Amino acid sequence: MSTELYRTCPESGLQFHKPAEMLMKANAVIAVVILLVGGIAALLVTLTRWPAVHLLPADRFYQLLTMHGVNMLIFFIIFFEIAVLYFCSSTLLKCRLAMPRVAWLGFALMLIGVVVNNMAVLNGDASVMMTSYVPMPANPNFYLGLILFAVGALLGCFIFLGTLVIAKEEKTYEGSIPLVTFGALTACIIAVFTIASGAIILIPTYLWSIGYINHIDPAMYRLVWWALGHSSQQINVAAHVSVWYAIAAIVFGARPLSEKVSRTAFFLYIAFLQIASAHHLLVDPGLSSEWKIFNTSYAMYLAVLASMVHGLTVPGSIEVAQRAKGYTKGLFEWLRKAPWGNPVFSGMFLSLVGFGFIGGISGVVMGTEQINIIIHNTIYVPGHFHATVVIGTTLAFMSLTYFLIPVLFRRQVFLPGLARWQPYLFGIGMMVFTLAMMGAGTLGVERRHWDMAFTNSALSFDYPASAYTMMGIVGVSGMAAILGGAIFILVTVVSVFFGKRVGSASDYGFTSAKVSRASPIIVPQGGHEAAGKWGFAAPGTFLLALFFLAVFVLYYAVNWKYLASVWPMS
Amino acid sequence: MSAIQPPAETVWWRQPLDKVEGTWIGIALVWSLFMFFMMPFWHVYGKQNLSNEAYRTTPQAFLAKTQAMVDQYTVRTETAAKLPVVRPPPGSDVYLLGRLWQWWPLLELEKGQTYRLHISSMDWQHGFSLQPVNINTQILPGYEMVITVTPDTSDQQTIICNEYCGLGHHNMVGKIYVTEGGK
Repeated sequence: MSTELYRTCPESGLQFHKPAEMLMKANAVIAVVILLVGGIAALLVTLTRWPAVHLLPADRFYQLLTMHGVNMLIFFIIFFEIAVLYFCSSTLLKCRLAMPRVAWLGFALMLIGVVVNNMAVLNGDASVMMTSYVPMPANPNFYLGLILFAVGALLGCFIFLGTLVIAKEEKTYEGSIPLVTFGALTACIIAVFTIASGAIILIPTYLWSIGYINHIDPAMYRLVWWALGHSSQQINVAAHVSVWYAIAAIVFGARPLSEKVSRTAFFLYIAFLQIASAHHLLVDPGLSSEWKIFNTSYAMYLAVLASMVHGLTVPGSIEVAQRAKGYTKGLFEWLRKAPWGNPVFSGMFLSLVGFGFIGGISGVVMGTEQINIIIHNTIYVPGHFHATVVIGTTLAFMSLTYFLIPVLFRRQVFLPGLARWQPYLFGIGMMVFTLAMMGAGTLGVERRHWDMAFTNSALSFDYPASAYTMMGIVGVSGMAAILGGAIFILVTVVSVFFGKRVGSASDYGFTSAKVSRASPIIVPQGGHEAAGKWGFAAPGTFLLALFFLAVFVLYYAVNWKYLASVWPMS
Repeated sequence: MSAIQPPAETVWWRQPLDKVEGTWIGIALVWSLFMFFMMPFWHVYGKQNLSNEAYRTTPQAFLAKTQAMVDQYTVRTETAAKLPVVRPPPGSDVYLLGRLWQWWPLLELEKGQTYRLHISSMDWQHGFSLQPVNINTQILPGYEMVITVTPDTSDQQTIICNEYCGLGHHNMVGKIYVTEGGK
């Protein structure tokens, strides 16, 4: 393949295969466009759930909530993930991308799927929420759009796997694939499972919607649909954890504490994440407690263990890298002297903290079989998954984008001063937003609900004033986060399409913390424990991890206590 | 080598664990196992568990059973629509159905007494959400869920729907009145 074209980024040393580069750009750009569509829906939905504003009429609210969910949770994220998959295979392995024409076909199918699905929702007869629970019917094109999108995404997964095969055949690397590629492979394997589950349930549902099948069992639908719905969030976890490792490597030259531990943790994801359907079925009729307990805990919480491991090893590897550079004073100098003004780092670190402390802890607590009784379908649930998907995945992807603008698109970041603040506005806004949602959910406020005051109902019900306060905070902090999202879109679009071209690293737009060349740091004599304390390579990170555990234990106990106060049931 | 480059050792499996990682994995594993065993523990020693009792049914069959209970035990009606308020005897089977867009009928239960509450849907999926006590379950058409419940607060509880079920979803409200025993 002597005709293949490559470009090496002079600053980062990364090598881009031309067709792969075009595909990454196209997928990332479409992802941002969809983020804009989902973001506009987010604005209107938030303004309606903010009790003092209550903007939209009911039908419009449910329509836009459907649109927001599908575009954000499925379309935006998977488009970006396809770009990440191509980056982690072709670019990191310095290899040509397998079958670029098929990759473009996948891209086209995904795009057509997005348009077909959104047209159905805009048409007004597909306001069925992302979950489209049967037997509530939707316009058949709603399901058709999802199916087309899934087929396209599946092609993207196969392109990634094919590229790994080519890299191995053509010996473009020695030994094993990099950890980040290993994480992307994890995401890809989970994606294949997820998409297959989606096909198994959405194809019959499509046939049902056009009249070829007369009954779909609602319990079965929920079981199989959630193998799509929850597993797709596990693609995100594997992908954004890979992005964390990548950014630690890019910004600090960090190497994993140990390849064995990090890779085994990814393997635990592959082995156990797929049983996550159960999280959504804990208060469903017809399933046994044994089934619920085993599956909701990912078989004794082994996948949770994996996330707790990544939560230590990512900042731990940064700490080791920083200590090797001489930031060895006390326990936290490495963290204080980190480049907080560089959005590539600050976004990634906020993503890690928010995902762990808010998304992770709340997810395990509400995924406990009995505790789910006091949380199921309250607004606590979207509170939890906005912490995992928006703070965890979206913010990590935003951080990576700030790196890709100069490296992949060869453009300077537009308004770097604004970009510097963007992760804080978006991340902290989202943290307050998710915590307030969880607070309102604890008070019983329901999700997917137009009117918490029940104004038009024959029977009345009043939530306590504190629930209204919480929903007010949801409104205000939601506006802050949406503003952060809007700044991201503004900076990205202007940089990519109208930005000044990049000549050297000093043009990147972040003079205080340039994106360093992705070279490994030098381990000091005597291993990296030498720079740490108590024989620990990363003592500061360990202390933070213990703090995390303390919060986790406390919050877990509080919820059992709350559960014990409700009516006895058996 | 950094995380975006191939590992330095080709057999990365042989790379030794850092002490910090080993310690954390140990702690996290113990915590994971604790959380796992907490769930069966609560089934034995806790008081809030779902029974796993459920049956296949049809909307017609479930409506017939609910109607029979309403005919026998209605004590009064409420609102302009004359919604029946049913006061079934303690220990009996109580039927509640969800449909677009109401919970039917209204119930009156005695504090401290135990009831077998059967719930099902006539049409789409609904979410049974009892407020402010905050008990939430999923209700599916074709499935009859049985919860053995003992109200231990005497007050008015509201059933709202927290599974989206179409345009009238936010108006779907029912009631469970809990009275002091013997009144």
